[in-house]
Amino acid sequence: MIPSFAGFGLGLRKPHYAEFLEHRVSVDFLEVISENFMVDGGRPRQILRDIRARYPVALHGVSMSIGSADGLDAAYLTRLRNLIDEIEPLFVSDHLSWTRIEGFNSHDLLPLPYTEESLAMVCTNVDRAQDVLGRAMLIENPSTYLEFAPADMSEWTFLGRLCERTGCGLLLDVNNVFVSATNHGFDPRAYLDGVPHEHVRQIHLAGHSRGEQLLVDTHDQPVALTVWELFAHIWPQLGPVATMIERDDNIPPLAELLAELAAARRAAAGDMPVAA
Amino acid sequence: MTLLSMQRDMRAWLVHEDEAAAARMGARAHAGFGVYQNNYRAQLVACLESSFPRTRAWTGDEAFLNAAALHIDRVPPSSWTLDAYPHDFPTTLSALYPDDPEIEEIAQIELALEQMFVAADGTIVTVDDLQDIDWDRASLRIAHTIELVDLRTNAFALWSAIAAGDQPPTVEHRKVSDIILVWRQDGQCRIRTIDQTEFQALRALRAGTRFGDLCSDAAILFGQERGTALVGQWLGKWLADGLIAAID
Repeated sequence: MIPSFAGFGLGLRKPHYAEFLEHRVSVDFLEVISENFMVDGGRPRQILRDIRARYPVALHGVSMSIGSADGLDAAYLTRLRNLIDEIEPLFVSDHLSWTRIEGFNSHDLLPLPYTEESLAMVCTNVDRAQDVLGRAMLIENPSTYLEFAPADMSEWTFLGRLCERTGCGLLLDVNNVFVSATNHGFDPRAYLDGVPHEHVRQIHLAGHSRGEQLLVDTHDQPVALTVWELFAHIWPQLGPVATMIERDDNIPPLAELLAELAAARRAAAGDMPVAA
Repeated sequence: MTLLSMQRDMRAWLVHEDEAAAARMGARAHAGFGVYQNNYRAQLVACLESSFPRTRAWTGDEAFLNAAALHIDRVPPSSWTLDAYPHDFPTTLSALYPDDPEIEEIAQIELALEQMFVAADGTIVTVDDLQDIDWDRASLRIAHTIELVDLRTNAFALWSAIAAGDQPPTVEHRKVSDIILVWRQDGQCRIRTIDQTEFQALRALRAGTRFGDLCSDAAILFGQERGTALVGQWLGKWLADGLIAAID
């Protein structure tokens, strides 16, 4: 089992580098996008070293493509392993999705059909990644905008079986559950109750936007009240987890994110945020 | 349908908006295809806008977006890192604007700076390291963190003016190329023009020419006294700029 870490953190984004480096900001950990630091050298890597000297760090990837039917990119895994060896992160995570096939890389988290064939392929890929990385990973549930007709199981069942077969853990993105549930018409509480709670090590809380017909996981808004309600529902069912606010666009001043993180701490203690 | 064939169809949808491929995937909620198509293209446009702000300022927004759209159609991304996606954009600009070579060259300058920002770290020789060196036999290894860009126009002056928020000069075409040197020192990307002789000297050192042979060549070209002084000046600048990785 992957060791637990109980705490409240933020995603580290460029506009806030200086504040995190110059002050002791009251977060328990920071999460960074792995690919931004899987570079040969220069300032980005040095900034991450300096951040790591001050805060625990989780590595969160977007390009491993664990759902690729043609396997994983060996060069990618080697670079990630090098970064892991240097940073010694709390967790290493990526998404239940695919981005790459036969030399094409979409740079978008694309959906998988939840079939036995997909499960076998994802298990093979996760096993290989964990072998190369020398540690177990966390896999995050994605936001999806398509469902495939030949599905053999629900997403939460798929994730549960993946954890059982590979020993990986879960990064549970509560906003993604809400977005997918709204887009596909399932009950988000059934999803949250159905994921294997004992494997959850990290939680993402984020905002979304309403598109013409679907909710879109834009990470450019504060956490929605409905997502806070789902967080309050799942939190008491979990063991110690690392909980964080994930904001990727329309990034506000750090103080606003810290206020949102304080709301997460209060929600975990049973004091729910209310609509503004 | 196998997972592999589904993923090939999704690629065909994203790259070519292939409706038949989308239909084969048997997906419910067809509005979702539009979300993925939009995410794919918007992410690549944002990547190019972020990498080439001064090229965009020079061409104007509409022309830049047209070039980006053409590039996305022409060059689907292949690397795991978005950092690699801008590499071929100057080639697309060159094909799109054959009579305006300064556009491609401004983009080349921006690309060189961006690549330098994350180039591999390495050792740097300083003046304090210059002891007991047999200069006739020494080979100077140039740092990885330098890039030489050959310009047929006054693109560097245009780039500099855009960067400073000044009125750019009119475009000029050079009979003899401008060469700019881009490098990283103390974590900062730096840029300056160099003349053809310094360019040739740096190229020769990169190709393995020994320092003594460089001095001999300079003496033949410029005379003993001037040649030696010139190479001495270059060496002083290269050391001050942190361009020498090692002396073997």
